[in-house]
Amino acid sequence: MTLPRTSFAFVFAALSLGFPQLASAADFGVNATDYDGAAWSPYLVGAGIGVLSWLTFYFADKPIGASSFYATIAGFIGKFVSRRHTESLKYYQTNPPAVDHGFVFVICTILGGFIAAWTGGEIRNEWLHPMWVDRFGDSIALRAVIGFVGGVLMAFGARLAGGCTSGHGISGTLQLSAGSWLAVIFMFIGGIAAAMLLYTSL
Amino acid sequence: MIDPGKAVKESSEPPPAVLAGKKLLTAILFGLAFGFFLQKGGVGKYNVLIGQLLLQDFTVAKIIMTAIVVGMVGVFTLHHFAKVNLHLQPTKIGAQIIGGTLFGIGFALIAYCPGTGAVALGQGSWDVLFGMAGLITGSYLFAEMSGWLKRTVETWGDKGKVMLPDLLHIPRGVFVSAFTLLLLAALYAMERFTTR
Repeated sequence: MTLPRTSFAFVFAALSLGFPQLASAADFGVNATDYDGAAWSPYLVGAGIGVLSWLTFYFADKPIGASSFYATIAGFIGKFVSRRHTESLKYYQTNPPAVDHGFVFVICTILGGFIAAWTGGEIRNEWLHPMWVDRFGDSIALRAVIGFVGGVLMAFGARLAGGCTSGHGISGTLQLSAGSWLAVIFMFIGGIAAAMLLYTSL
Repeated sequence: MIDPGKAVKESSEPPPAVLAGKKLLTAILFGLAFGFFLQKGGVGKYNVLIGQLLLQDFTVAKIIMTAIVVGMVGVFTLHHFAKVNLHLQPTKIGAQIIGGTLFGIGFALIAYCPGTGAVALGQGSWDVLFGMAGLITGSYLFAEMSGWLKRTVETWGDKGKVMLPDLLHIPRGVFVSAFTLLLLAALYAMERFTTR
């Protein structure tokens, strides 16, 4: 038990050292709050997701999670291209791709997002967000490269850490899992550092 | 008192190849609700997500922390009365520090995460498609390396299932109560000192 305690002390030290610096670096030329935000209060939405987690635990015996959906799709494609090779991989031996709870859940998350946007008059139908255009210009190719590289890093990190902002960030943290808190703290350390670098003009 | 660990059967039944009946229905309903809430919360939007990482917009933190408070109190109450199983991920210090950091860097680049990306697609933010192609590629890349990673990185500081109250040697109920107050105080401070 000494190692986890030491690592948590390290994390909190890193956070407290970094915080004043981060707080003073709030000027990035663009401000995220100049663009439209949420339709509903974050507290209402957070409470709704909290209650949803009771329901998924009670009725489905499953925590909320999203990232394994992409690994499942990758597994289906991999099996289509080379069945033998894909089935030889350690990850797919323990997690064979299947149309399971997590798969249907995320497909319906897409649909739920559509219903909310449609009923709220918030269908965007755009290839670039205005904030992206204000910072990086209107090249879709640039967005494609950055988005793709980001996706590769994100999925690799999620699989290595064992979950994403849903699996660790909501389901793991609410169960007080030490590893989930550790993963989420580092997700935000990495994210904040990288985003601030991206939005700092040289 | 009921011992939840003994009263609830372990959830280790083999997953069926294709969902059917009640299992399919719950996956559909909960997925729809999750996507609906996330979209209404604004977290399918590029600026809201990047704004959190730039510490300009605290919508994401407010949603996550409220969900944690409400979810934690409910799930631990249900677990206390042996109505639900916990689903803890093992704590692997090396994998979670490295994986978490890589995830974060990716997060800053793509802006959407795996769940909010699904919502972004639903609302027609088509730039998420590039990120999704990356997510699928990255997942397969991980699978390619999974045998090696399992023998190396995933063994670094592999502690099994560890909960914060165990780590601090505090009874679970006491920890949940104290942590609820702490998170509520953090939410209050956030509401007081942030613009959004």
